[in-house]
Amino acid sequence: MTPTSLSQTRIRQLKMLRAVAIGLAIGFAAPVFADNLPEVQRLIKQGQYPQAMEKVDAYLSSRPKDAQGRFLKGLIYTEMNKPADAIAVFTKLSEDYPELPEPYNNLAVLYAQQKQYDKARTALEMAIRTHPSYAIAYENLGDVYAKLASQAYDKALQLDNSNSATQNKLALIRDLITTSGKGNVKPQPVPATAAAAPAIQPAPTPVAAPVTTKPTTQATATVIAATAGAAAAPAPSPAPVATATATPAPAPTPAPAATKPAAASSNDDVLKAVNAWADAWSRKDMKAYLGAYASDFDTPKGTSRKAWEQEREQRIAGKGGKISVTVDTPQITVNGDKATVKFRQHYKATGLSSSSTKTLVLVRSGSKWLIKEENAR
Amino acid sequence: MRVKIRYLLLALAATVTAGAIAKLSDKPGDAKPAGNLPTASSPLVRSAADALAATSPFSSVVSDSGPEETLARIFAEIEANRLGNALQLTEALLRQHPNYRLANLIKGDLLLAKTHPIQTFGALSDAPADKVADLRAEALVRLKAYREKPPVDFVPRYLLQMEQDQHYAIVVDTKRSRLYLYENDRKHGGRPRFVADYYVTHGKLGAEKLAEGDKKTPVGVYHVTANLPKQKLADLYGSGAFPLNYPNEWDKRQGRGGSGIWLHGTPSDTFARPPRASDGCVVLTNQDLDVVAKNLQVGLTPVIISDSVEWLSLDDWNKERSELNQTIDAWRADWESRDTGRFLSHYSKRFKSGEQNFDEFAAQKKQVNSSKEWIKVKLNNLSVFRNPGKDEVVVVTFEQDYHSNNLDNQMKKRQYWVREDGKWKIIYEGTA
Repeated sequence: MTPTSLSQTRIRQLKMLRAVAIGLAIGFAAPVFADNLPEVQRLIKQGQYPQAMEKVDAYLSSRPKDAQGRFLKGLIYTEMNKPADAIAVFTKLSEDYPELPEPYNNLAVLYAQQKQYDKARTALEMAIRTHPSYAIAYENLGDVYAKLASQAYDKALQLDNSNSATQNKLALIRDLITTSGKGNVKPQPVPATAAAAPAIQPAPTPVAAPVTTKPTTQATATVIAATAGAAAAPAPSPAPVATATATPAPAPTPAPAATKPAAASSNDDVLKAVNAWADAWSRKDMKAYLGAYASDFDTPKGTSRKAWEQEREQRIAGKGGKISVTVDTPQITVNGDKATVKFRQHYKATGLSSSSTKTLVLVRSGSKWLIKEENAR
Repeated sequence: MRVKIRYLLLALAATVTAGAIAKLSDKPGDAKPAGNLPTASSPLVRSAADALAATSPFSSVVSDSGPEETLARIFAEIEANRLGNALQLTEALLRQHPNYRLANLIKGDLLLAKTHPIQTFGALSDAPADKVADLRAEALVRLKAYREKPPVDFVPRYLLQMEQDQHYAIVVDTKRSRLYLYENDRKHGGRPRFVADYYVTHGKLGAEKLAEGDKKTPVGVYHVTANLPKQKLADLYGSGAFPLNYPNEWDKRQGRGGSGIWLHGTPSDTFARPPRASDGCVVLTNQDLDVVAKNLQVGLTPVIISDSVEWLSLDDWNKERSELNQTIDAWRADWESRDTGRFLSHYSKRFKSGEQNFDEFAAQKKQVNSSKEWIKVKLNNLSVFRNPGKDEVVVVTFEQDYHSNNLDNQMKKRQYWVREDGKWKIIYEGTA
């Protein structure tokens, strides 16, 4: 590899991380505190990493918990080619803010660079678990799966392709890196507990990130084209089969339109039904849980009702330890015999806790409200 | 995408089951339909064996915890379209055996299925077809073996009588790529008792070795002749090697050539080798060889290799065994009678021993008998093994304790008996 292409690789890599940073800034930046951060970002852009580090450290000295500042710090370490430090920062960040997908994603990129594909995979699966519509993570995960598959095949078939394997890996990294052009997930309404953001700012979409103007290889161009669609409707990404076992939510769908405040009358009944559903889930009371769904419930991916019930049974009743599901800040819209409830679902089980936005569509059936659709969005 | 891999593996599974049942119905002379062997009883067979093993003095060294059970579960998960579970199981298996190629192939498929539709087992584009075929063959024979343990009240036809000191016997089925370990159950009159079975590799070009370099595994009755420790061996042989006495007396008489047929382990770069991969040796995984090795007695433990093991019900086995024991005892008694004609009636006209043919042997016996006033013959440590194959041949080995008015002699003797016109006749005898 020539020095030129090496540096190009680095630039792309940085762009990718930066694009993620911008996404994060848009989603979570608190204008009151963020005054120093654009400066840090400018310094990063100019390659003045020690100065950027100084600024970000100063910024963090008064707000040591700040997610945005710490994220940029991880980014600077990455730029300075200190992957161990960068990994430490992103790891800690992901522990403190498990609901943010970006630290997981960047951890994955760093692991992938070190050819630790298993760790990269775990990180990406976490990113998707916390944020089911995170397109970049899906794509990166696809690449990591392919890489892991290729490693497994090498072992299975003793393919002595050490040379081509190396090429493969570099190509993969470039692929991971060039995902930056595709725009990030749509900024989502963030739960108050999730980040330091006190208010949700209307934001320009990050799709317009400058990277798109960058000349890319043909292969990458195709990928970008494919993902532009995916960014608009991220649902059809490769289904995370492995993660599905632990993920309480079905397939991801795009961010929702704002819901209107609902009329008060039926709201109580609908909320009661939703809370009963969450309680049944927490108690692992399968009869009550499954009873909360309408007989014509839209099962995810069109599986049969029976298969779906079995799957739920396995994941709920078949799960060791306690489960706790709570419904937070529900917004209810009732329209005749149909009600839409959007809420934060806090899910806790052994080895996994997650908070996600969920939308249930309920239909009135006699005196009951039954779930007709269940979407994580 | 998942549907495709699913059907593929379903087909694989179906092949396994159908083939297995068809195979077991090959049992000779038995009224019990082989299809009766229910898959569900396999664990029973095994646990019964384990329970019995617990009371045996050798039980502590026997185990058959191969990957078959996990593989079966993986394929069941794939059939049920629970690819996530399948992947978890595969990864657990790989933690146990990191260089298990078949598991790596399945893992590759399961991961690749997450990224794009896959069409076949071993879905990597440009995957070397021969290597994929090898791994597929391994998957098939292992699943088949798992679903079909040997029936509990049937024994391999070959193990007619083990001698007292032979604690275990080994029976290899090359078509099934399986090695069966049987214990000499002396509490039950030396009935062979199934202990465990293991996946094995045999010759690249199959069984029935005839000549040096034909890459085939011999079929016959052998025993281990030495125990070569790992330190003295090339990596190819893995954790140890046990040479067999191929070619034996019968092989030589049939003009079969070649040498160096061993029972041995697996090189360090792989957990297992394909079903047909050796130059004629019988190859176990190292973990299996280590377990089996503890039961091998050099110079004693029989290793009977068949291309397709025949199984007998215990009744039929008893019948064959007592028929042969009576035949052998009649020979012994006729020898004691000093009636040369009666004695020679036990020998085939095709008899040969060393350079001596039947006529020469007969003449010598007549002459010797004329000088005898009495003869006493005792046979100790008798073993009787049926030689696999279509010819009806039985290998009889014993310690012969001979006394007469003018000669006392003790020797270990081996005879090959063949059935000619419905009667068992000695066709070869010599020192063992």
